[in-house]
Amino acid sequence: MEETALISIQNLVKHFDISGGWLDQIKFANGKFERQKTIVHAVNSVSFDIRQGETVSVVGESGCGKSTLARTVMRLYPPDGGQVLYRGQRIDNLSSSDMKAYRTRMQMVFQDPYASLNPRMSVRQILEEPIWFLRGDLSKDGIQELVAEIMLQVGVDPDWRDRYPHEFSGGQRQRISIARALAVDPEFIVADEPIAALDVSIQAQILNLMMDLQQKRGLTYMFISHDLSVVKHISKRVAVMYLGTLCELAKTSTVFESPRHPYTQALLSAIPRLGQRGFRYEKLKGDVPTPIKLPSGCVFHGRCRYADARCVNEIPKLQPVDERTMAACHAVEEGRI
Amino acid sequence: MESRDILLSVEDLIISFNLRQGTLTAVNRVSFDLAKGERLGLVGESGAGKSVTGFGILNLVSKPGHISSGSIRFEGRDLARLSEEEMRHIRGNRISMIFQDPMMTLNPVLTIGTQMVETLLAHKKISRRDATEIALDRIKKVSISSPEKRLNQYPHEFSGGMRQRIVIAIALLTSPALIVADEPTTALDVTIQADILELLLSLCESERMGLILITHDLAVVSQVTERIAVMYAGTIVETGKTEQIIENPQHPYTRGLLAALPQNIPPGGRLKQIPGVMPSPSRVPRGCPFNTRCSLCEEVCRNLQPPLEPKEAGCLAACHLLN
Repeated sequence: MEETALISIQNLVKHFDISGGWLDQIKFANGKFERQKTIVHAVNSVSFDIRQGETVSVVGESGCGKSTLARTVMRLYPPDGGQVLYRGQRIDNLSSSDMKAYRTRMQMVFQDPYASLNPRMSVRQILEEPIWFLRGDLSKDGIQELVAEIMLQVGVDPDWRDRYPHEFSGGQRQRISIARALAVDPEFIVADEPIAALDVSIQAQILNLMMDLQQKRGLTYMFISHDLSVVKHISKRVAVMYLGTLCELAKTSTVFESPRHPYTQALLSAIPRLGQRGFRYEKLKGDVPTPIKLPSGCVFHGRCRYADARCVNEIPKLQPVDERTMAACHAVEEGRI
Repeated sequence: MESRDILLSVEDLIISFNLRQGTLTAVNRVSFDLAKGERLGLVGESGAGKSVTGFGILNLVSKPGHISSGSIRFEGRDLARLSEEEMRHIRGNRISMIFQDPMMTLNPVLTIGTQMVETLLAHKKISRRDATEIALDRIKKVSISSPEKRLNQYPHEFSGGMRQRIVIAIALLTSPALIVADEPTTALDVTIQADILELLLSLCESERMGLILITHDLAVVSQVTERIAVMYAGTIVETGKTEQIIENPQHPYTRGLLAALPQNIPPGGRLKQIPGVMPSPSRVPRGCPFNTRCSLCEEVCRNLQPPLEPKEAGCLAACHLLN
């Protein structure tokens, strides 16, 4: 990709060690005791770029590693491998104090506005804190002005600044949560399922707000969601994840009109459609395997009807399969699908 | 409405909660009926009273809530007037309920087999061996492989989708006439959701069971049900045939709800939004409950609550401005 990427994710890996204390790690196998670690392979060598001003959505089912990817990009988790570049600068190995400079440029909005706002802080405190912390150049009056301005922008009456989160509805809270992310004037926002906890009529309000803000401020979004109709609506490109691996990446219209990877095809066919009677979808056999013991080869081979010996043994790489789509699938590459 | 073989008839149901601050009416004069083998979708946003209505049918509203008036006629009896003892013979026997979270509904310390057999023995005078036979049959019906082995396993040994299949198998045990499913697939992924809904649909058809599907997801309802009742702030605002309501909604709230869905707008376009939020049960305005958010609101809407009555389009709607 020739255009300069705002965020470049390169072979990013995140594992979690959940083996517990050394006593928990002792397992009896093959007639002797052994110490074994239990590792969750949440994100496995994921690479893609996010360009300035675009919205890239990461979709996938629960447990596919999309939230872990988002948090690792934000450096809320340190990665176990690979790199994250911000305008060409590596940020995954920065110290927390060096990272502070980037915190004003990248912010995050979380899923549950009931959990992500501190119930003991008033809206004013919630919004002032990041400004105090990251933008020391502002005077007290300047900060107050800024808070009022941001509250207006997200559609919360500034007169309510001394109220506490419990006094607001879910949609209002998510507005405050967006305001908190905007308070330090970032250019990149990671939104992890920002509307999943909200009702349909409120979802539309928040999505409109996010699209308006993108236009006004030139924001770049990484949008994490499992709601494919929302993803189709707001994103420019879509990345589909399965079991910690990126299986397809393309422009939104391309993904929805001609999905190439067998998993993407199954996922899209299963979306409930308004006005469609009964069910016509591609059934997947079995369940999602555990990320503790990843399948060999392609992570999807156990559930894929096109899988052959190569899929069982060799991990497919994400590569261009035609001018429009990147996919990680041997069958697509060999022209079997 | 054409004459149908009515299975359940809810009339003027009011469910209220006596709190220290006063009485909250969560369900306000709700009426609907369900024919034998019919599938009805009860849709609305959180707090609309759809779950409370579902619980009310089974007389499961927990204190301080109670059914304060109205009737629930089912197989010749009024469930609202039955004693707890009589209700126990209906609940889980003639009417089964499926809840949102299968992990909360299954007992984690009992095997699936024990839970199924106990349910059967509680309702039917049969031997343990016969009960096990029935349990095996139902497990096969929900397409779970190696049922004999599965009966001896505990809930934690199943995945989320499998657990919901087990819950459906338990609901089927006594061949009920009606299943009340409260957001049965909300906790599941789309691929699994499609599996579970298809299963539920085919079982309702093959066993001729009635279904009340409570959900916030209009697309899910449109795929599974024959009729829809849309709830807002404790009342039914519109009800009718599913295709008709999805394609030609009448009530301003239903219209707003459908218009707010992204699939009805070209990508990137501004979504239509309903301003404001649904009032909590303690703050439902006088007159039409939707009047605070309705763009068409007139004087009469602020004073008089509109009755649910037949409209030209063929549905029932509660709106003064429709003819």
